[in-house]
Amino acid sequence: MIPAPFDYKRAGSAAEAISIVSQYGDDAKFLAGGHSLLPLMKLRLAQPAVLVDIARVNDLSYIRDAGDHIAIGALTRHTELEHSSLLQQHVPLLSHAASHVGDPQVRHRGTLGGSIAHADPASDLPATTLALGATYVAQGPNGTREIAATDFYKGFLESALAADEMLTEVRVPKMDGAGWSFQKFNRRAQDWAIVGVAAWRKGSNAGVALVNMGSTPVLATSVNNAISQGSSVEDAARLASNEAEPQDDMNASADYRRHLASVLVRRALEQSSC
Amino acid sequence: MGGSILGNRVLRKEDPKFLTVGGKYVDDLLDESLLTGALHVTYARSTVAHGKILSIDTSDAASMPGIVAVFTGANLGLTPQPATFNPMVARSALAMDKVRYVGEPIVAIISETREQGEDAAEMVIVDYDILEALTDLEQALTSSTHIYESCGSNAVFDTTALGMPDNTGDAFFEGCEVVVKQRVLNQRVAPCPLEVRGAAVAWVDGRLYQWLSTQHAQGARDSIAAANGLDASQVRVITPDVGGGFGAKIGSYPEEQLLGRLSKEVGMPLRWRETRSESMMALGHGRAQVQYLTIGGTRDGHVTAYQMHVLQDCGAWFDMGAILAPFMTRPMSSGVYAIPKIECRTTSVITNTTPVVAYRGAGRPEATAAIERAMDLFAAEIGMDAAEVRRKNLIPKFDEPHTTVIGQTYDVGDYEVALDKALNAANYEELRAEQARRRSSGDVKQLGIGVSVYVEITGGVPPMGETAKIEITDDGRAIVYTGTSPHGQGHATAWSMLTSEQTGIPMENVELVWGDTDLVPSGGGTMGSRSLQQGGVAVFKVAGQVVDKAKAIAARLLEANEEDIVLDRDRGAFHVAGTPAVAKTWAELAVAAKADGGLKHEEMHSVASATFPFGAHVSVVEVDTETGKVSLIKQIACDDAGKVLNPLLLDGQIHGGVAQGAAQALLEEVRYDADGNPVTSNLADYAFISAAEMPDIQVVHMETPTFVNPLGVKGIGESGTIGSTPAVQSAVIDALSHLGVRHIDMPCTPMRVWEALHGRK
Repeated sequence: MIPAPFDYKRAGSAAEAISIVSQYGDDAKFLAGGHSLLPLMKLRLAQPAVLVDIARVNDLSYIRDAGDHIAIGALTRHTELEHSSLLQQHVPLLSHAASHVGDPQVRHRGTLGGSIAHADPASDLPATTLALGATYVAQGPNGTREIAATDFYKGFLESALAADEMLTEVRVPKMDGAGWSFQKFNRRAQDWAIVGVAAWRKGSNAGVALVNMGSTPVLATSVNNAISQGSSVEDAARLASNEAEPQDDMNASADYRRHLASVLVRRALEQSSC
Repeated sequence: MGGSILGNRVLRKEDPKFLTVGGKYVDDLLDESLLTGALHVTYARSTVAHGKILSIDTSDAASMPGIVAVFTGANLGLTPQPATFNPMVARSALAMDKVRYVGEPIVAIISETREQGEDAAEMVIVDYDILEALTDLEQALTSSTHIYESCGSNAVFDTTALGMPDNTGDAFFEGCEVVVKQRVLNQRVAPCPLEVRGAAVAWVDGRLYQWLSTQHAQGARDSIAAANGLDASQVRVITPDVGGGFGAKIGSYPEEQLLGRLSKEVGMPLRWRETRSESMMALGHGRAQVQYLTIGGTRDGHVTAYQMHVLQDCGAWFDMGAILAPFMTRPMSSGVYAIPKIECRTTSVITNTTPVVAYRGAGRPEATAAIERAMDLFAAEIGMDAAEVRRKNLIPKFDEPHTTVIGQTYDVGDYEVALDKALNAANYEELRAEQARRRSSGDVKQLGIGVSVYVEITGGVPPMGETAKIEITDDGRAIVYTGTSPHGQGHATAWSMLTSEQTGIPMENVELVWGDTDLVPSGGGTMGSRSLQQGGVAVFKVAGQVVDKAKAIAARLLEANEEDIVLDRDRGAFHVAGTPAVAKTWAELAVAAKADGGLKHEEMHSVASATFPFGAHVSVVEVDTETGKVSLIKQIACDDAGKVLNPLLLDGQIHGGVAQGAAQALLEEVRYDADGNPVTSNLADYAFISAAEMPDIQVVHMETPTFVNPLGVKGIGESGTIGSTPAVQSAVIDALSHLGVRHIDMPCTPMRVWEALHGRK
């Protein structure tokens, strides 16, 4: 419960943060809200030599209307997503999902960019932005690049970001009135999902992604295809786990997770169809 | 004014401090001059569940920055000390030859900062010959691997060895029309006080001062003195604010007992505070029983025979947990029922897990859970309503002591009224009608209704009594010294009410002193719901004695007969009856008494017996039959603790108790992997309940005074936990009973519920 020793650097801008991290390579970690990283450090499961604190890079905290999408700065806190009227109007699914992250204290510290960069399959917002077809913007020593959410998640806590790249913005397409649902199945309100489902539907188009159903957030492509091909919700939901490789853990066996996924996907699609 | 303050909903006088500047806990003693320059202690702990220690290498740790000293048991010359109740079970404060659970302390590190100690602990290298890890109670019972070899068995305590009769098997149920059997798990849980364990020590003029987060300073003083080879008079334990204990801070632990010795070795005061991860592994756990239940009776609902064999998991040490089953569970096996024949054998078993200690209810919740589960199973078997089968078997109302067939005597009881009150408050008939509607419509969310009726023991732990001392200061305030030990309950409020009632001194002028063994040398601490009926009654009586002494002084000053002196409680002043204008205040009397040693009184109040609070709970749950998720939507708690001193404090105890009870039924369970590693060692993995999981709790008041003490009061600290756990579990099973489900072990997690529904394992 006490982290191993580490150096602490505070960056005033994204460029400065990236330049500091470039000096240390894999030994350095960005510190944003700290709600994923610090618990791992306290348990000494993560022992970075250097923390580069980016929490005060204020120009990365924003929610802007960018025409066909909403642009969200990486350091925007969950609570700001939860209470943003712009987001509630154009991407209500993300705003709602953010209101289910952890507890109020966590939501006041944790950031959207931090959650996505951490790439925890059990976190709510990676899967939600995946379902929404988001694009992430990464900044490195040589400039910025866009990474589609579908290309971003590489493995357990592993993303397409290079060690010296920082996630700076999340671009989420406007939902244009699509129906949506966020199903979080957990034991306690503050817990990570045992299984979660983020879903939207508009006519024959649907986007469904799963939380905690494998080593990465999972896009339920079979479900999405089935809906676009005119399958019933019931039939589509049976395909919920096609792309998933769920694990056994203390709360749920893989079998139980698959069962939950199909129930929750069915419920999510039903709710999205209303 | 006039009238009594007792029985009123008086706000807690502790709260302004706790809600603003906060408490002052052991870790907050930064301005204590006796601790100036204190070094920090960190314990390096076993990472294996069961193994022989081949070697301990502390050289790397000792060379880390800020490390002052590193000690092993061998360095300190420690020797194994026998357990109180079974001398064949012996261990040293730091493990030397063998480790028996993950988290057992092996090396003590003294450092300049806490962080340095934690870093150095990582560098301690222990080489083990790893032995089979026996974390499962039943496996340990039959295994040929013995955790304490000299015992020749992992079963270390058995009622048959105490001369109590063994169970007689199926023959016991001859003549029963119906017999039901079930193995029931009362799972291991972690007490999780918000303040973890902590202590600080300093040697002052040859005496050991130990600041300790404890429920019982006087008991800790004695065990710390014994562990250090000191006379009790050479040890002073001081209790700062304590952030919860739930039974797990009753005794003192090896990590705490060793601090005085370590301080002597390095010649400096020391501080120690465990981390949450350590606390989850090394603060004692609770419950941890497997119960084999058999219940038999007639088809028309009369229970005629009940048999239980309780296996009590002791964990890796013979601590308080080992004796809970024989001395707390067994006596309460009959519960509230008039059962003509009962057999109960208990067997306590050592395992490679965290030692089990007393935890909120300590043995009685397990007895209640067992008989209530058995009643439900019996009701289901004969197709009778759960409330009805209980009603048929309740012990009728009694005002004189009643002794059950197992041999336990209860003071007073009126169980059927408690049941009726709870059922009425719950609108039981309507709930059953709603349940029937959901069943017939095949609703995904089924309704479950659980009923429990319980009786428990409070104030049953020696010493059977408590000391109180009250001293009036020159400015007319009352200082109340108590041997009880608040850690959240509201003693300052309650004891002030009792003092004010007798003396007329306003509550804000009553100050409470506790937990400092130099100021309060004898006391039984706070545990087993004993405080009010023993400590509170002592304060009440002593306050009355102080009034009598004050009257004598007033008589002298006013040149009147003592019998003619009256106390005007509204003014807090004494005068001759009929002449209120000439009065003496408490302050004046205290000053006058100075020459004679002051105005004060101290007395031990002894009680003849424990008291037996009772009650009934109704729980209502919704179970999602597709996912197995349980939502507790309603909890009705009728807890009769005799006369109520302060309904606000009573409600608080019930609310907290219900939350912990519901948590056991639905969420909490300490678990280990196959190698004996704890997998629930933080509050993310261990499903400690939160407000979001709790429904409103409907408290139904009922007061059946006891004759055991002059206030007619009983304990309330544990009742909520005892009544709620079986009711919530029962509600979950009830929701699915029409689908053929008869039993689900606690905690009723979504996966367990789903497996019960789908017959998978």
